[in-house]
Amino acid sequence: MSKVGQPEKMIVNGKRLDGRELEQFRPITVEVSVLKRAEGSAVFKFGDTYALAAVFGPRTMHPRHMQDPQKAILRCRYAMAPFSTNERIRPGVSRRNVEISKVLNDALSNVVFFEDYPKTGIDVFVEILQADASTRCAGLNAASLALVEAGVPVKDMISSCSVGKVDGQLVLDIGGDEDQFGDVDMATATIGSEDKFVLLQLDGIVTQEEFFKLLELARKGCTEIYERQKNTFKEKYKAGEVSVES
Amino acid sequence: MNNIEKEKSEIFVKERQLVIPGEILARGLDYLPSSGCYRVNNELKSKLLGLVKLKDRFIGIIPLAGVYIPKTGDGVIGLVEDMQTTIWVVDINSPYDAILPLGEAVGEYVDLNKTDISIYYDISDLIYAKVLNVSKSKQVQLTMNDHRARKLIGGRVLTITPSKVPRLIGKQGSMIELIKNETKCQIIVGQNGVVWIKGEREGLAAKAILTIESESHITGLTDKITAMLKGE
Repeated sequence: MSKVGQPEKMIVNGKRLDGRELEQFRPITVEVSVLKRAEGSAVFKFGDTYALAAVFGPRTMHPRHMQDPQKAILRCRYAMAPFSTNERIRPGVSRRNVEISKVLNDALSNVVFFEDYPKTGIDVFVEILQADASTRCAGLNAASLALVEAGVPVKDMISSCSVGKVDGQLVLDIGGDEDQFGDVDMATATIGSEDKFVLLQLDGIVTQEEFFKLLELARKGCTEIYERQKNTFKEKYKAGEVSVES
Repeated sequence: MNNIEKEKSEIFVKERQLVIPGEILARGLDYLPSSGCYRVNNELKSKLLGLVKLKDRFIGIIPLAGVYIPKTGDGVIGLVEDMQTTIWVVDINSPYDAILPLGEAVGEYVDLNKTDISIYYDISDLIYAKVLNVSKSKQVQLTMNDHRARKLIGGRVLTITPSKVPRLIGKQGSMIELIKNETKCQIIVGQNGVVWIKGEREGLAAKAILTIESESHITGLTDKITAMLKGE
């Protein structure tokens, strides 16, 4: 059953609607240190999906009664700007925002060394400035970079990408129309170079075999994202042979 | 037959190399983690974005960013933000507030029935103090019982990343002396990243300090700063 506005074919001759190969990312843009007032900040774009993340902290945790005397508390907030989509999104709390805030928080909590900063709070803000599917993936990538930039000790970075099924074929990095008219959309994230998933959300129906193939595709995709994240820092501080005297 | 060989330890990084979290620094049990590192199985990895520091068998990371964590013995510049009967609460640019007890701030006897302690230090006063003690639960105590400790009056204050303070001070104070001499300013640098400047050319001193902060990882900085100061 096709939906209103659905193109007849989403994949023609191995090319997707925007001309991509099945296992090709949209153009990726990564930038760090974009907000001077934040401890750490980053921008991550998958094509037209534009996510901005800012990290404040570790800082004194308010309200006081929520402090944990033995470790830091991570507070992650995901929100979409009212102008990020065609139809204006009402600003404020929504069930979707609460859910995504939680999954991002859970994902990042796998790598942060909380015991290093007892009684403090670490605030992570993810703002989607333009949405074209895979917003939580872009947001998570940006948040991970911002945490590193802020000097929060982490085991590794988190790398996130989406995979899915469109016209019966498994694809990497779901774009706008593919999200709306495709069969399956799966958001994933791994701990950097390790074979460990910290985010896994599936929307659609897949066979067991397809599911494992999607996981494998996601692993490959996340590895590519991890390389991009690493290179961002290496490039930025390239001029350095260091000269920090101690 | 025992076929297990002792795995040879290997180090993969050089002194002052830039590393990112998760990067493997060494393998084997011969190398030990210092600050900024953690061990996972047989491997030593970095927790931070920073520069490698090697000392004997210890591998540590100097972070490029991060908040100030108070350490006993540090000299810090703080802002008095609150007062209670016998203590001052001081903001030392850290997630942890610091306490300056009356006994550590004032040498003479104080009759609390007759005096309000604000006559010594009031809210919004800027002070240079020493960290006396940091408890396990991160309660910080300051003291003014140090020859350098005093109230700082006038001038201006700016904040830099605490891990860049050694760069700002330079080898045996050479960098900071250079700035002081060229700008005819008194400059006090707190380990917590807060810098106080007072003198003739405060603006130029501030500019030099901020340049050092943003380019601390680049070589040839001393020459660049010298040129900047002499040029204006």
